[in-house]
Amino acid sequence: MVQPKDSYDYLATLKAKKFSLYVFLVVSFMLFAAWSSGFIVYTAGGEDKGLKTLLPHTFIFSTLSILLSSATIHLSYSAAKIGNLAKQKLWLVMTILLGALFFVLQYNAWMELARSGVMFINNNASQSFIYVFVWAHQAHIFAGVIVLLNALFKANNKQPLIKNRFRMELASVFWHFLDILWIYIYVFLLLNQ
Amino acid sequence: MSSTAIPYAGAGDHGHDAHGHHHETFLTKYIFSQDHKMIAKQFLITGIIMAFFAMFLSILFRIQLAWPEKDFPILEVFLGKWAEGGRIRPDFFLSLVTIHGTIMVFFVLTAGLSGTFSNLLIPLQLGARDMASPFMNMLSYWFFFSACVVMISSFFVESGPASAGWTIYPPLSALPQAIPGSGTGMSLWLASMVLFIASQVMGGINYISTVLNMRTKGMSLWRMPLTIWAVFLTAIVGLLSFPVLVSAVVLLIFDRSMGTSFYLSDIIIGGKILPNEGGSPILFQHLFWFLGHPEVYIVLMPALGLTSEVIATNSRKPIFGYHAMVYSLIGITVLSFIVWGHHMFVTGMNPFLGGVFMITTLIIAVPSAVKTFNYLATLWRGNLKFTPAMLFAIGLVSFFISGGLTGIFLGNSALDINLHDTYFVVAHFHLVMGSASICGMLCGVYHWYPKMFGRMMNDKLGYLHFWMTFIGAYLVFFPMHFMGIDGVPRRYYSFTNFPFMQEWLTVNVFITWAAIIAGFGQIAFLFNFFYSIWFGKKATQNPWNSNTLEWTTPVEHLHGNWPGEIPTVYRWPYDYSKPGHDEDFIPQTTPFSETMTSNLPHDFEGDAVAEQIQREWDKEHGIERVVHH
Repeated sequence: MVQPKDSYDYLATLKAKKFSLYVFLVVSFMLFAAWSSGFIVYTAGGEDKGLKTLLPHTFIFSTLSILLSSATIHLSYSAAKIGNLAKQKLWLVMTILLGALFFVLQYNAWMELARSGVMFINNNASQSFIYVFVWAHQAHIFAGVIVLLNALFKANNKQPLIKNRFRMELASVFWHFLDILWIYIYVFLLLNQ
Repeated sequence: MSSTAIPYAGAGDHGHDAHGHHHETFLTKYIFSQDHKMIAKQFLITGIIMAFFAMFLSILFRIQLAWPEKDFPILEVFLGKWAEGGRIRPDFFLSLVTIHGTIMVFFVLTAGLSGTFSNLLIPLQLGARDMASPFMNMLSYWFFFSACVVMISSFFVESGPASAGWTIYPPLSALPQAIPGSGTGMSLWLASMVLFIASQVMGGINYISTVLNMRTKGMSLWRMPLTIWAVFLTAIVGLLSFPVLVSAVVLLIFDRSMGTSFYLSDIIIGGKILPNEGGSPILFQHLFWFLGHPEVYIVLMPALGLTSEVIATNSRKPIFGYHAMVYSLIGITVLSFIVWGHHMFVTGMNPFLGGVFMITTLIIAVPSAVKTFNYLATLWRGNLKFTPAMLFAIGLVSFFISGGLTGIFLGNSALDINLHDTYFVVAHFHLVMGSASICGMLCGVYHWYPKMFGRMMNDKLGYLHFWMTFIGAYLVFFPMHFMGIDGVPRRYYSFTNFPFMQEWLTVNVFITWAAIIAGFGQIAFLFNFFYSIWFGKKATQNPWNSNTLEWTTPVEHLHGNWPGEIPTVYRWPYDYSKPGHDEDFIPQTTPFSETMTSNLPHDFEGDAVAEQIQREWDKEHGIERVVHH
């Protein structure tokens, strides 16, 4: 009785889903924008506020690792576009490993911060904000890794290529966003250091 | 996605909307449903239950306010230690006020209103088979449901529910040792709110994506019904502001549980000095009201959209100023983000900044007034059909005017010094936001009930419900203006401790009786609603002779909404009582070629060929068309 779903319907759904992802990125960015403005308002509250410290150098290395992972996810997506599953998986694994490396480096960075006396529990909340930014971003990275793992395990010959490619497209958009988000956070903190 | 035109029938994880014979179990049809119509009903019924719960809480604290010296042993029976000897304890009174506000604002008028009508109407009025992501839509409901459960569960913990007010200002809300309500109850409040926001985000993403991507052929943005414009803009406001509340809540959780000092400084409690230094409670207020103010428009705008539709339909007239209605909604959307400071005039804000916020606040009166005048102009000389939905729509207009006027007082930073945190504020927002929005929601329920349940609600009970609600709300909230002008502060437990407030005790008794009677009026609705689901009169396909697409779907629901092809749209939704047409409505699916007697030159939107055809037809039939410019 109901018409069979045609390819137009299906493509329209995909388009809507991709659009949904972009909307989600806006939502996610608003969260960080709120903390940024909170940071600015708080820091303007007095002379004794502000970062009052240099950010650990480890952040430079973590930035490099996430930049590199943006390149690898792009290679993976390019492979998916021409239907080269093996290459796609290889670059995906590389991206996931770089994501793990990023986490290790971030962990080291906040240990360094703590060693230099910049604690999360702090009467200068500007310094606590560093942890809030890094942790919240890290939570997003964990979500991103789950997305990548999903794309990795579902990449097989049993499924139509269009679904694989679509999944890869969304995964790469999200991962690039995490990259850009980190650069935003890092630059924001550097400017206030 | 340009090179992917690979025909792939039956694709998609949720491709079952394509099959009329799809097997559904009780679980997939009624519980974990991915059908937008069922999810809408889930939101509605959960919202109604929460509304009754919150209304009951308000009756409890009204009893305390009216008869502070009297014992009501019955209260002790079911409230236990919170009403020892039949009197509500002060800290529990604060919990009642807090949870009443929280549930009404978030769970009823945000999720209950937006959740119900966005889900129901976006696909049906735009001609889509379902939402962009039905699965996420289902999750949205279940996150909302969990949020409700967590919020209500706070009534069952030792220290009681949150009691720092629905605005949960720190330091009161941040220190468990400050009041019992800031203990476990507050943690549950915060957890519930995080779940709630997750639900709103998932819902909102779906609404926006569906509106922008899945409209049927011919449904341009400027042919969308005002309901859709309203819920669409509401979703945008929600998505931009709710994340900010998350950010505020996360920092509050850190302050509460981990010992950070985002909001805390210089606090001595019970003779002990707290280690927290350097925090700023004003920071919380900024973050909170950046959501909090848009939130009142999240509550109001869907109600405005629903009533626009209902008033046009039941006046049998095109909505007056369709474009102006849309632009004023857009204006409200934009302005709602730059007025939050008016909640903080007296909390230590720079007076210059206060002046800026005052101006933006007063400017928001302009789009609001445009909407009001357009409603009145639509009603003017209309062929009015007083259905219960129409009465509630007119009720919204009334509350919107009477409550909106006092907003002009409160938005003034000088007057606000006197009026801040008095009953004047309580009166203002209960009329303009509470009563107006609930009227919009009830208007929507009565109007779209046949679409949701395939049956009609009883009109007589509807009228009874309307008059008890409408008169009741005015009797409850109008006297509060005078209390507020006299300086009576809100949230006070007892009026017997201050001589100037004692004079108002008799007014409190009056208000409480009005509230109780209005509360009984709601039982008429509750009975009508549930009775009609099974025993109501069977609905016809288009019971209100309405133009919009949802009334072209069969009464019997099916997954995918339309059997066969989705109808194409040819015109705007407000062709009511068009001169020259034999009926007083022309559905959006009727092409202009079928209404040659009533077409007007501007209908063709500059299509020269169509205009030419019309002119020739007119000449042939000897019709002289008067063109108004």
